[in-house]
Amino acid sequence: METIADFEVQYSQFLSPEGKPSADIPALATDTEKLLDMYRLMTETRVFDTKAINLQRTGKLGTYASCLGHEAAHVGIAAAMRPDDVLAPSYREYGAMLCRGVTMAEILLYWGGDERGSDYAGPRNDFPLCVPIATQCLHAAGAAMAFQLRGEDRCAISINGDGGTSEGAFYEAMNVAGARNLPVVFMVVNNKWAISVPIEMQTATKTLAQKAVAAGIPGIQVDGNDIIAVRHWVERALQRARNGEGACLIEAVTYRLSDHTTADDSSRYRKKEEVEAARTVEPLIRIRQYLTDLGIWDEQKEAALLDEAAAKVDAAVEQYLHTPKPDIESMFDHMYAQWPEQLEEQRQHAIRYGSTDGGSHG
Amino acid sequence: MRNSANTRFDMAAPMGAHMAEVTLIDALTMAMAWELEHDPRVIVLGEDVGVNGGVFRATAGLQQKFGVDRVQDTPLAEGMIAGISIGMAAQGMRPIAEIQFMGFIYPTVDQIINHAGRMRNRTRGRLTCPMVLRAPFGGGIHAPEHHSESTESLFAHMPGVRVVIPSSPTRAYGLLLAAIRDPDPVVFLEPKRIYRLNKQDVEDNGKALPLDVCYVLREGSDVTVVTWGAMTFETLKAVDQLARKGIRCDVIDLATISPIDYETILESVQKTGRLVIVHEAARTCGVGAEIAAIVAEKGMYDLQGPIRRVTGYDVVMPLFRREMDYMPSVGKIIDVIQESLED
Repeated sequence: METIADFEVQYSQFLSPEGKPSADIPALATDTEKLLDMYRLMTETRVFDTKAINLQRTGKLGTYASCLGHEAAHVGIAAAMRPDDVLAPSYREYGAMLCRGVTMAEILLYWGGDERGSDYAGPRNDFPLCVPIATQCLHAAGAAMAFQLRGEDRCAISINGDGGTSEGAFYEAMNVAGARNLPVVFMVVNNKWAISVPIEMQTATKTLAQKAVAAGIPGIQVDGNDIIAVRHWVERALQRARNGEGACLIEAVTYRLSDHTTADDSSRYRKKEEVEAARTVEPLIRIRQYLTDLGIWDEQKEAALLDEAAAKVDAAVEQYLHTPKPDIESMFDHMYAQWPEQLEEQRQHAIRYGSTDGGSHG
Repeated sequence: MRNSANTRFDMAAPMGAHMAEVTLIDALTMAMAWELEHDPRVIVLGEDVGVNGGVFRATAGLQQKFGVDRVQDTPLAEGMIAGISIGMAAQGMRPIAEIQFMGFIYPTVDQIINHAGRMRNRTRGRLTCPMVLRAPFGGGIHAPEHHSESTESLFAHMPGVRVVIPSSPTRAYGLLLAAIRDPDPVVFLEPKRIYRLNKQDVEDNGKALPLDVCYVLREGSDVTVVTWGAMTFETLKAVDQLARKGIRCDVIDLATISPIDYETILESVQKTGRLVIVHEAARTCGVGAEIAAIVAEKGMYDLQGPIRRVTGYDVVMPLFRREMDYMPSVGKIIDVIQESLED
């Protein structure tokens, strides 16, 4: 017997939960403009998320999937991307989407039951939120194949959670990306819980990063609460892909501090102590401490940022709440490029019976 | 939808009225080659479609001519083939994906129903999904298990997805070109039993046929017979035998399974007062049920008797020693048409 293949999985963290930098922290950690920009986005994301939950609780928004605790992972991924790259998210990556130029009002519209929320004015080529788990990994691989065929130096990134790594589509996407050397990065944001199923019940593997091994692509695990680690390694992965070195998998380990969605009650299946412990290592604390230690952040700036974020969110909420219901016929308008006349009778029927009220939210 | 006369009446009937030139499968290859040649966004992908030219040879010679980038062998995962096609289509390509047999198409259903058919609508037209999912289907070639089913109604039930089935070389060429050029996803099902059954003169001129129209293959005022795919052949044989007895039928090849051109069917039923539907697929919830419902809703008072169906049975498709007993035959079709005349 001889060993003909083996593997190891690297783990990276640059900022400790207390905000202390490691000795090997990359140059990004001294780029104050980038750091402040990312911190602003993380904060805005959190203020937005809190507001969205409140809107749902007060009957002004439909079921909503919170991103509380994922801010570093999500913002870090998108901050590493070029505008002409393409993102294929799952359904709670608002930090990434806002960073890409999706507006808060668009996200609210989507969860408020309006398709126009996915008609982004900003990143026109990004895929919309994806609810069927891990199916978007294949869209990212396909987008990467389109870029490769056209000789463009663009990349695609998909994001799924720990539960998504159990899906066939996740593995199939990594496998074809490996086989075809596609410029795509598969992000797994491991928040430890797939609704009520803990990661230990999802897989016997020690890491999710090692799922890459079977597809023949590199996989690494990073601290998903450390935005410097997330952004750094995603940048490296994109650079590799752009250089024609192919796909890779990055597992960003974080924790879902919220319920799965507003329709979920996580107290049914996990201990309060576990959530409280996770709260002490959440991503905003450490970057704020690091910025403070650098001397570029203080309580006054924090208060001003929170005010600005609240104003931005309030403006988005106003815009959302004042967006009238879509026209009845809009459910037909975008089904086909060329409307089949056979269906016109159904369209007319819907118009005739359609409600004419101003619309309710949620 | 009103058909133009030239598309509606297929003069080149598939029973050998013309000198043989190309088979149905040759016509498909010609159509793909034309589009690969004329549209740089088009690529062909699937299992064994490259060097091997597809297990039925539908893509024979295409990789040699257009290269390994444009005609790609993929890893063996049908859901993946559909998923990456959607990703490519949304980013400006026009993929033609081959699924080796319809029995293996089911892993694609998640991607087709959840994404391909929804992409345009859910992004309000921002992203679209111009792709073709090709698959050989149907029985009668003594194939192994899982290689003979006809499950077109699964896809016909999916909003936003067109379903097309050609039944002659001419229509295979024109309809596949139309499917590739259509800005929306098309499931293109190929009746493999008639891949090489006969030949027709097909001019390789890049001219597409319209989607959403039926083709009237025979004209007669006694009975309307609607069919599609390989069953077109049994139906024409049956109808031609009946013609010798003086029974004249309208034979309509549905061609586009979704959306259906009801107007041609209703117009015919208005003339004949009788409707027989022939399909290979199992009866319950088959496309025939939809056609019967539409005629009952909109053409009830034109009918002189009940609508009749000649279909596969609601059983698992038998292995090949009994597969022909499962399928509608010329004899079964003749009997049902004659029964309908007794009403």
